[in-house]
Amino acid sequence: MTAQATESAATAEQTAPVIELRDLHVHHRARTGKLFKPTTIRAVNGVDFTVRRGETVGIVGESGCGKSTLASVLVGLQEPTSGTRLFHGRELANRGAPRKEFGKAVSIVFQDPATALNPRMTVHDILTDPLQVHGIGTKESRTRTVYELLELVGLPRSAAEVSPTQISGGQRQRVAIARALALDPEVIVADEPTSALDVSVRAQVLNLLSDLKSRLNLGMVFISHDIQTVRYVSDRICVMNFGEIVEEGEAARVFDNPTNGYTRTLLGAAPSLLAAPTTSSEEA
Amino acid sequence: MSTMNDQKTPSSGDVYSLAEAEDARLIKEDAESLSQGQLIRRRFLHHKAAMVSVGVLVFITVMAFSSIGFAGLPGWWGKTYLDAGTVIDGGRPTLSLIPTWLGGDGIRWGEYPFGQENTGKDYFALVMRGTQKSILIAVIVGAVATCIGAIIGAVAGYFRGWVDSILMRVTDLFIVIPLLVLAAVLGQIAGNLGSSIVYLALVLGLVTWTGLARLVRGEILSLREREFVSAAQSMGSSSGRIIFKHLLPNTIGVIVVNATFAIAGAILLETSLSYLGFGVVAPESSLGLLISEYQNSFTNRPWLFWWPGVIIVAIALSVNFIGDGLRDAFDPRQTQKRSKKRKAKANA
Repeated sequence: MTAQATESAATAEQTAPVIELRDLHVHHRARTGKLFKPTTIRAVNGVDFTVRRGETVGIVGESGCGKSTLASVLVGLQEPTSGTRLFHGRELANRGAPRKEFGKAVSIVFQDPATALNPRMTVHDILTDPLQVHGIGTKESRTRTVYELLELVGLPRSAAEVSPTQISGGQRQRVAIARALALDPEVIVADEPTSALDVSVRAQVLNLLSDLKSRLNLGMVFISHDIQTVRYVSDRICVMNFGEIVEEGEAARVFDNPTNGYTRTLLGAAPSLLAAPTTSSEEA
Repeated sequence: MSTMNDQKTPSSGDVYSLAEAEDARLIKEDAESLSQGQLIRRRFLHHKAAMVSVGVLVFITVMAFSSIGFAGLPGWWGKTYLDAGTVIDGGRPTLSLIPTWLGGDGIRWGEYPFGQENTGKDYFALVMRGTQKSILIAVIVGAVATCIGAIIGAVAGYFRGWVDSILMRVTDLFIVIPLLVLAAVLGQIAGNLGSSIVYLALVLGLVTWTGLARLVRGEILSLREREFVSAAQSMGSSSGRIIFKHLLPNTIGVIVVNATFAIAGAILLETSLSYLGFGVVAPESSLGLLISEYQNSFTNRPWLFWWPGVIIVAIALSVNFIGDGLRDAFDPRQTQKRSKKRKAKANA
């Protein structure tokens, strides 16, 4: 299993990207503008981005730099203003069967587990919902899938019968991860999945995510403003600032030897308990 | 939690203790974990006012439909609401609830429990017939108005943009229609056609959904920003599925409460119409019609006024209390509050 995982991670470079964004722009019109001279906010401004199976891409940046907008474009929740989105090399259509296929292959884990699960449904119903949408399996096989998913994220079978209001934040987030895995996706986009969790629960969820990623050979996009977290899980890192990717590269290289001025400032701004400040941040 | 950490020596496994403790609790509690439906039922059954109201409403309904029969089926009450007879004892009610040892007439039902009206018709049968009509109208209006209101509100709130604008302007249009005038005209037409009161009820339902549509729209506007909706959208769920499976069940509190208001309102609307002479016409009976017919006998024969009045108030009140109980029962946030209370009770 592990040998297989490392092998696939090694071949990840050669495999074709699942999602590819080319020169992507997302602009919002701000309310403060005038009628004929509207103020536009460039949330995402000319981003090129790829994600393959078996690799974790971390996206870091300060608040409001366009990380979450990029995430919602990646999972098809938002239409880009311009630019191309390629899914397995083909232009992504936003309706009909191709859209469903995309929804099956790419799923999302959100920041706030309190609102990520429908409070009116039991955990069982939450996990079977994706299967029903895509018409997968019978009633019995779906229930079996639910138990498998719960086992995968380390929750007891009894969790299937409770409603999301009866479980803790960490457990909810694991249910959300189970839902993201329900359709056997190729890529998971995790939009700050741990920032609303307790520190101890955070470690558990992070370990779970990186463990699942290598076990299931998932591609993962990990978005966070917590630099240490991103460093812990990512293979490759994109640093975003004002809607643009200012630096991209292998995690270790970006952290130890940042070339961009903004990256240096960002790394220098992060207090670290685990590691002593690196030489690069002192230089900055 | 802190005591647990103090006792252990810090180790790498310690980081997971909180998460593991939560999991352990989940496993432990599974024996008494209840499904959503069971929780709702339990909470509703513990709501005293609602349970009393259910009793009252069931009693009134069963009485109304079983006593004089309905839709051709015979009832257990011997007299009909159409047969006139001789007026006995000035039409005074024979129903007595005060026992003899308290100085009353003893507990008895009597020949004419609710008394008789001018021509000697049995007033009990008339009131029961009126109650049947009122309940029928209320249920139809409530159902029609709730369905239309919930769907229009949900569609407007979910799609926003021009769909929302058009639907809400249509709603505004329906709001400015003077309800009583419209109902009076339609009631008159329905009466002339000799058709059943059901059509009047349907039309009333078609114009009373506006309040619910606005409330549901507001709810949905806030719900659609929740992340579980985004999750459903990203996996490719259809809009219809998101609306009916994810959004509307979360507005059930608003819908149920408003449906009960609609039912209570419909009863009062029917009453007002009949009172004004536009709704139900004699020899048919309705609670509003009875009140309007006998308002002048209030001073000398008050029972002719009181019985239908009391039943109108009883139905409207109990429907409202039931709605209150249902809203509390459906609120998922109530779970923890109630269970904490129960735990406190168990510990004490």
